[in-house]
Amino acid sequence: MQPSYLLTVLIFLPLAGVAALLVLGSDDRVWIRLVALVTAVAEFLLSLLLVRGFSLSSTAYQFQEFRAWIPAPPIHYHLGVDGISLFLVLLTTFLTPVAMLASWKSDGNRTQGFYIALLVLETGMVGVFFSLDLFLFFLFWEAMLLPMYFLIGVWGHGRRIYAALKFILYTMAGSILMFVAMVWLYELTGTFDVPRIQELLTTGQVTLSYPTELLLFGAFFLAFAIKVPLFPLHTWLPDAHTEAPTAGSILLAGVMLKMGTYGMVRFCVPLFPEAAHRAAPYVAVLAIIGILYGALVAMVQTDLKRLVAYSSVAHLGFVVLGIFAFSQTALQGALYQMINHGISTGALFVLVGALYDRRHTYEIREYGGLATPMPVFAALFLFVSLSSAGLPMLNGFVGEFLILLGTFERHTTWAVWATAGIIFSAVYLLWAYQRVFFGAVTQERNRALPDADRRERVMLFGLAAVILWMGIGSSVFTRRTEASARNVLELMHRPQAYNAGATSALPVDSANDDSIKTDSIHGDSIKDAPPALLRATPAPRANSSSPLSETGVR
Amino acid sequence: MFPPRDDLLRLAPELVLCFSGMVLMLIEPFLVRGRREVLVTLATIGAAVALLATYYPATRPGSAFSGLLQVDGFSVFVHVIVGLVALLVVLGSADYLERENIQQGEYYALVLFATAGMGVMSSAAELMTAFVGLEMSSISTYILAGFRRDSLRSNESAMKYFLLGSFATAFFLYGIALVYGATGTTELTHMTLIALPQAGALMRIGLALIFVGLAFKVAAAPFQLWTPDVYEGAPTPVTALMSAGPKAAAFALLLRILAGAPAAASFWFWALWVSAVLTMVVGNLAAIVQTNVKRMLAYSSIAHAGYILVALAAAAAAEQMALGIAAVLYYLAVYSLMKLGAFMMISQLGGDGERHLEMDDFYGLASRQPVAAACFSLFLLSLLGLPVTAGFVGKFYIFDSALAAHLIWLAVLLGINSVIGSFYYLRVIVVMYMREPHQNWTPARMRLPVTLVLLVTAAGTLYLGLFPGPVLGLAARAAQSLAPR
Repeated sequence: MQPSYLLTVLIFLPLAGVAALLVLGSDDRVWIRLVALVTAVAEFLLSLLLVRGFSLSSTAYQFQEFRAWIPAPPIHYHLGVDGISLFLVLLTTFLTPVAMLASWKSDGNRTQGFYIALLVLETGMVGVFFSLDLFLFFLFWEAMLLPMYFLIGVWGHGRRIYAALKFILYTMAGSILMFVAMVWLYELTGTFDVPRIQELLTTGQVTLSYPTELLLFGAFFLAFAIKVPLFPLHTWLPDAHTEAPTAGSILLAGVMLKMGTYGMVRFCVPLFPEAAHRAAPYVAVLAIIGILYGALVAMVQTDLKRLVAYSSVAHLGFVVLGIFAFSQTALQGALYQMINHGISTGALFVLVGALYDRRHTYEIREYGGLATPMPVFAALFLFVSLSSAGLPMLNGFVGEFLILLGTFERHTTWAVWATAGIIFSAVYLLWAYQRVFFGAVTQERNRALPDADRRERVMLFGLAAVILWMGIGSSVFTRRTEASARNVLELMHRPQAYNAGATSALPVDSANDDSIKTDSIHGDSIKDAPPALLRATPAPRANSSSPLSETGVR
Repeated sequence: MFPPRDDLLRLAPELVLCFSGMVLMLIEPFLVRGRREVLVTLATIGAAVALLATYYPATRPGSAFSGLLQVDGFSVFVHVIVGLVALLVVLGSADYLERENIQQGEYYALVLFATAGMGVMSSAAELMTAFVGLEMSSISTYILAGFRRDSLRSNESAMKYFLLGSFATAFFLYGIALVYGATGTTELTHMTLIALPQAGALMRIGLALIFVGLAFKVAAAPFQLWTPDVYEGAPTPVTALMSAGPKAAAFALLLRILAGAPAAASFWFWALWVSAVLTMVVGNLAAIVQTNVKRMLAYSSIAHAGYILVALAAAAAAEQMALGIAAVLYYLAVYSLMKLGAFMMISQLGGDGERHLEMDDFYGLASRQPVAAACFSLFLLSLLGLPVTAGFVGKFYIFDSALAAHLIWLAVLLGINSVIGSFYYLRVIVVMYMREPHQNWTPARMRLPVTLVLLVTAAGTLYLGLFPGPVLGLAARAAQSLAPR
């Protein structure tokens, strides 16, 4: 493959937009919005090239770029994309223009700053998903916090400053420990390059003692769990969501929460399998608590936006459960559900934001009977709610079904508890829908509310089309994530010599190894390429009937 | 007997600084009041030439004046830092002094003398020479701290600094005496022969006293109590100088003793460890409750001294000392730039008589002065250690050196402290960007010299954050020259 600069272009295109905005000056509000939107749309169209050039069978990182950046300690500008990050990037580039359109009218009086923050945020988010160097990853990870901090703090509602500070301090507290763990990992392996670290660990050239592995896993996991957020660490999320402007909520829920689960799939599980396995039962319990607790709390909310925020806690609980079930099916479901949640919750925030634009309140009791004045809007709202509740034929169903199926095969109890969450989610969404849209119009001033205008229809029909497409055409997505998802599970193998005393806890059984292509890597080498790309050497296993063995149902 | 030419050239920066200082004092009486800009120009030229003159020591490494000075990559690196600090402080002071009506030649001369002292400290290979350098820089800064004669705070600052500082130097001197008693030499290179077990109590007490003296100079806990009052009272450009230059020089001296006398490394390790933790915690926790931005930055200086001490502890603990030393050097460079930038910014925003330095005065600054607010935010974010800024890379190398020396818990404590620290830096940003302005005063107009200083510091902060390679390479080579083991 030719060396490609696509990823670099995708990362820095939004910054070029920022430069253009700075040149424009702050008075020209129409032009500012247009330039920002054109940049974001161009970014989205460019990112579609990723899908075109993406090879289905390869588990290797594609479109790799590798350049030296800091000589000592060796830090590289190393980018790449695989089935795990591919759709998350597309989600980012898709939701950014949506977020811009959603706040077209409500960007306050500092229009220029608002769009600059959005574009810088996009650079950070895209960069996080592309980075294959721990240092680079952390750089984007932290740099991304600042624009979101400003979005909440400057353009947010009532208690915005409290929410902004809480958001950034929570996240920083987690990520600084992750950073210590990254540097420690560098001291142990001598490199920041993720594929290289993975290779050293998988082939057993570097072995981590169990306590070390557990500490490293803990530090990484804490950072990601705060971001997700997992149950006891979720308290920043409702505040941040409620106070954030619509665009901030869309990107926060749509993309930034996924970084937590992305990090778990990319780092926690394949790098530290032993610790991940030991921790899995506890993580699963927290995820299930999150699913049920999030749903129950969402049920009693009187504030529409807070309700959607708590529904995120529940939905992300499913994703975490799917990751820590260590089954191919569940993992693919988790990857799918990440995208689903981004689209559905993003759409819900667009809808809630549109209501706020009209009435400047999120209180459910301020609304009622809106279906009469706003029929199209109500229909779209219902469609999105049903997708979020997991109606078959729509996207949410596919993800949740795969997760529950995969989990059920390995841990029946987990799946049973989690299924209850689906019922609850239907309850809170439909009940809220009923209170807002059905019945007679309760407040006189709501009678004259305008229906969805053209801008809103463009956004919402676009989102609805994606929801439907992901519901019926899911193989378009799963075919592309399949190889990478299997690779993650394979990477959890460690050679026999490693942790000889603890073999019983080894992850995935190799009974179904015959289905694994071991020669699936071809031709992705780049000039002074990174050391060999990820590939598991299927470990010779003595005990193939280990209690945790994967049945390999596809 | 005239010293050899090479020796003089190795001392070129200090000679230039002292010479320009004396010229400034001599010509001042002959200037009419309106022609004070001549002073600024001369001082700037002096500082710039001194900075350029580091070319000579850089190309002639070796020992000078029969072993009193050791000129190597390490001393050159520190020379460049303190020289740059002096240049920027001189440039940035001009407006401030004009505004406060204290435009005098002595001010610039003292800045240059202090810098010469810092230069001597960084290249001293012998403890008495180091002491002379320390006194040169200290006495000059005592006077500078009280330069606003009409201000009570400035007087208090100078008095406090002088009294406590004298105690500290006395400790340092007594320590030298004891070490001399134990080893029979004040030359660091000769002390290498004596290891700790044979050294006995005399050596231990001596080293402990030396540590106390230098810990005072770098504002390390528990010897940091003077810092907030002195920093707050001193004229802001002087605070900028104090927080950057003398600290760098004192850390350089600590490193040289650490690397020169192995006894010191093993003996000081726990002292450094405890002091690092204390300093970070005290600095950060106290900074949180401050309402005055200048005082908050003073406490943040303490916290940053703690971060540097972490790298120092790493250097003391590691087999390979060079990594820790390089981390200290890089952080000193980064820290000087960002702290200098931050203090220069508030010297500009503070207005006449530094009356506008409360948190309240920064409300809504972004809508009144967007560029100044953005610039100040950059320095604050760098102090916080957010990626893309220099502070992040600096902190990264400290983490790296600490973990390479297996000081995992110290690294974790450093991490926790950075998060605590982020709170008060972010609070200033909150105030500037997210609150409405409720005061109406026009800050002083930004003149060219100050703009230049801010431009250099801001550009440096970004450059060292994005492309740390070259400077880090220099720091690593400097560290190698000090600790080739």
